[in-house]
Amino acid sequence: MSTAIPEQKGVEAVVAQEPVTATAKRALSSPWASLAAIIIAVLWTIPTFGLLVTSFRPESAITTSGWWTALWNGGWTLDNYDQVLNGSDTNLGTYFVNSMVITIPSVLIPISIAVMAAYAFAWMKFPGRDFLFVAIFALQIVPIQVTMIPLLKLYVNQGFAGSDAPGGGFYTIWLSHSIFALPLAIYLLHNFMSQIPGELIESARVDGAAHVQIFTRIMLPLMAPAIAAFGIFQFLWVWNDLLVALVFGGGSLEISPLTVRLAELSGTRGNDWFLLSAGAFVSLVIPLIVFLSLQRYFVRGLLAGSVKG
Amino acid sequence: MRSRKTRRGMAVAAALVSAGLVLAGCGGSDDGGSGEASGKSPGEGKAECEQLTQFGDLTGKDVTVYTSIVAPEDKPHIDSWKVFEDCTGADVKYEGSKEFETQLQVRVQSGNPPDIAYVPQPGLLQTLVGTGKVVEAPDTVSANVDKWFGEDWRSYGSVDGKLYAAPLGANVKSFVWYSPKMFSENGWEIPTTWDDMLALSDTIAATGIKPWCAGIESGEATGWPATDWLEDVLLRSVGPDVYDQWVAHEIPFNDPAVVESLDNVGAILKNDKYVNGGIGDVSSIATTAFQDGGLPILDGKCALHRQASFYAANWPEGTDVSENGDVFAFYLPAMGDEFGNPVLGGGEFVAAFSDAIEVQAFQTYLSSDQWANEKAKATPNGGWVSANKGLDIANLASPVDKLSGEILQDPDAVFRFDGSDMMPGEVGAGSFWKEMTNWITGESTQDALDKIESSWP
Amino acid sequence: MSTGEKFIQMVIAIAVFFAVVAVILLLTQRLRSRRGELVQSAAFVLPALALIGVGLLYPAVTTIYQSFLDRSGDAAVGFDNYKTIFTDSDQLIVLRNTAAWVILVPILSTVIGLVYAVLVDRSRFEKVAKALIFLPMAISLVGASIIWRFVYDYHDKSQTQIGIANAVIKGLGFDTYKFILNDPWNTIFLIIVMIWVQAGFAMVILSASIKAIPDDIVEAARLDGVGGFRMFRYITVPSIRPSLIVVLTTISITTLKAFDIVRTMTGGNFDTSVLAYQFYREYFVSANQGLATAIATLIFVLVMPIVIYNVRQMRKLEAR
Repeated sequence: MSTAIPEQKGVEAVVAQEPVTATAKRALSSPWASLAAIIIAVLWTIPTFGLLVTSFRPESAITTSGWWTALWNGGWTLDNYDQVLNGSDTNLGTYFVNSMVITIPSVLIPISIAVMAAYAFAWMKFPGRDFLFVAIFALQIVPIQVTMIPLLKLYVNQGFAGSDAPGGGFYTIWLSHSIFALPLAIYLLHNFMSQIPGELIESARVDGAAHVQIFTRIMLPLMAPAIAAFGIFQFLWVWNDLLVALVFGGGSLEISPLTVRLAELSGTRGNDWFLLSAGAFVSLVIPLIVFLSLQRYFVRGLLAGSVKG
Repeated sequence: MRSRKTRRGMAVAAALVSAGLVLAGCGGSDDGGSGEASGKSPGEGKAECEQLTQFGDLTGKDVTVYTSIVAPEDKPHIDSWKVFEDCTGADVKYEGSKEFETQLQVRVQSGNPPDIAYVPQPGLLQTLVGTGKVVEAPDTVSANVDKWFGEDWRSYGSVDGKLYAAPLGANVKSFVWYSPKMFSENGWEIPTTWDDMLALSDTIAATGIKPWCAGIESGEATGWPATDWLEDVLLRSVGPDVYDQWVAHEIPFNDPAVVESLDNVGAILKNDKYVNGGIGDVSSIATTAFQDGGLPILDGKCALHRQASFYAANWPEGTDVSENGDVFAFYLPAMGDEFGNPVLGGGEFVAAFSDAIEVQAFQTYLSSDQWANEKAKATPNGGWVSANKGLDIANLASPVDKLSGEILQDPDAVFRFDGSDMMPGEVGAGSFWKEMTNWITGESTQDALDKIESSWP
Repeated sequence: MSTGEKFIQMVIAIAVFFAVVAVILLLTQRLRSRRGELVQSAAFVLPALALIGVGLLYPAVTTIYQSFLDRSGDAAVGFDNYKTIFTDSDQLIVLRNTAAWVILVPILSTVIGLVYAVLVDRSRFEKVAKALIFLPMAISLVGASIIWRFVYDYHDKSQTQIGIANAVIKGLGFDTYKFILNDPWNTIFLIIVMIWVQAGFAMVILSASIKAIPDDIVEAARLDGVGGFRMFRYITVPSIRPSLIVVLTTISITTLKAFDIVRTMTGGNFDTSVLAYQFYREYFVSANQGLATAIATLIFVLVMPIVIYNVRQMRKLEAR
């Protein structure tokens, strides 16, 4: 949390510079509006807060009394966290490392490919453009489950999967995550991309800029908020994914992400399910940090400024 | 200028690619085990390696094992293989997953199966054998199964008369959990006949406590504890032979005898005077997690909970699970003398997807009495038992395991495997679960059984 | 593999990837002829097309093909699987539930996400406030299912309540309610879980979009005396309309595919099943590939209206 403080100041500084833009907020900042915001925030947080309290309670207390009675009922314990952190033969740090190693390329690669494709679909002219875009968009609906067997077969045939796979199996996980992310990424980024005023591109073209230059010099900076927004979600989906890692990871514990450890916390017959409450918070830390640190890219006025200029 | 830069870029890229490939190659590989033994076994001359030396030197060979057993229950398994690893030099690589049942099918169908899988249901074994990828058990395993297991257990691991998978662990389902303390405080006796049990239920109900508690919620498997109830009662009222016919669908699923049995179950589970102690009314059974179903016993809000031996693990840490402790289990009584003492149970089986020599050696080890005792010793906290006749009950750790072990080895006990585990998936893991859940929440006995019958493929 | 080796693998993979991308961009950037434009387009689009073709299109086509085969995929059965879907008595309830999910989840998630994004925009607590709504998305599914199992826990009124929903109801003096059991409202309570998760998605995307509204537009409206709710209605919403459509579309598709909540909370019992769960169940539990793939194909078909709507919106945007 300490890192958030200087950024907070930054936001306030922006507010001070551009008082006009507070209008929209002021427009809705009647007491009722504030009340609505608070109600939504509270409703959304209560379940999570309950889980947080639960994660510090002993098993017997969890099953016999409500978490809101925790202050006077059943006491507190760190046992759940101790079990989550130290309860396995494999060091939890290994799972964290694996999750990081799986997630970072699985975010960067599809976003890069998708930004390029989205740019082409939005601003380049080539035969079959609209048809291809609609096809990609429609393929979002394909459930991962139906792709598992055909794709894994392909990997096995090419020698990419199995316990002796190259890279220990990371390559197939990266590739699979990238594939599954592409349709949504292209669709979302294309949407943001096509909202950018056409005059901007046209004037750059007239000035003699090639697509590659427009893409790298104009488009990428303008797309920062959209890329950050999608990046957050892609990070989350990969971070919280269990299925792709299980299916395409070649079954080696050596490269298993945190979710594999989380899934087994509750024990073979699910009797230790209360440990999951602690596990959920352990795994929550990194996505939350990513979210808070990527928020700085959601800054107003980037677009407006460039149009004026 | 531009082109030189580009070329340099490409050279860098090429260097990086090749570096990546070199690193990627470091994964190491060893494959292609032959079926022939060779070399001198590292265990030669050691007494505990007697059965394993015939497989020769397996140093450097890997056996991959895939199961539904996850931490911390996987540790006793891994520990129990130490003798095998020391004797043969082979390395056993373990992977457990709670998505085992779906993932195993995916891996088998896409050509990437593990060497060994612990299959928890004969029905699933049949499906797997149907894919043609399961390897028949070698002779050494077959001999072990003949020696250490009953004919019935051999048949559960066989498809069309061929033995594919040797039995591994087992569990006993015909148990009623109760609180010995609560019983002695109230002067209640452990019932030994079905009628005694109902009489006791009435006695308890008269004190204002609802005697029975139950929970059948289990995510997508919701309903399975209720199927066990029906099987247990059916086995007691019509005997093992008719039970076998019912499981094999030689008599219809909704046979009048089954209707009567389910009504007998309903006399307890759908009786508002009897259930659902500490939780709510009859329908609350359907939404209570099976893991939580018996917990009201600890608060004295419920007295009886029918659940398998493995429920021992569900009592919170610190609960004394023993004959005079906080909770213990008694045998679900028979309904008459006609069929002896029927026992319902389950277990898992060792299926192999490779006939490599190290895999055969490992299968042989797992089907031996030696492994059963090693496993018992490696499980200091209890929660494991086997139908292996060579298992020394004294090696079992917990009182419930000992009781289960005695029941499994009792020559007078009439053991039958959990029927839903042997039925086709659509029924055993589909309509049977679903309709029993509907039955709890209000569907009539006849309707529920009719619907299951019509879903039989 | 040691930690260091894993990270080296990762860095190499990323470096190789970006090196290849850079090379492609460098090689194609000088091309200015008409043919060159085509080559450039190909360089931008082909990597995505290749991956999607192998990883999604091919399995999708296989799926449609399999839906006309029997359970093990050996013999052709024509439209039998589809007949089964529409003649099964429970199936009408499944379709009803699916409709409820796919209508309520996108609309409510989007409305809540939008209102919240506007309300907290530029407020002093914006970061924290947004993080609170975002949290449910970041909690893994296992965590979410535990949370809601707690919220909806049922115990008889005479017992101690451990679920907060029933504790509140009991506190107000009413009889405790079986949230998971009572059809048809139980579907609504499962839908609430999905909304709880998806509102964060809507909020983040719409917030990014609101922040992209040019200041001069807002300023001009303000000078014209527009304020309050009218600002929201006539400036904010129209400005982010394309993003609203994207969010609605994305959540609709996610909802059509989602089966995890039903799987963990009811296992499809108590009349709460949806198409996606039926598909999962047939595919993995009953191992009936024919029927499962037919259900998947039906889900493909159900997305078509959404696709068509989007195409028409895109046309409008381009015509503008």
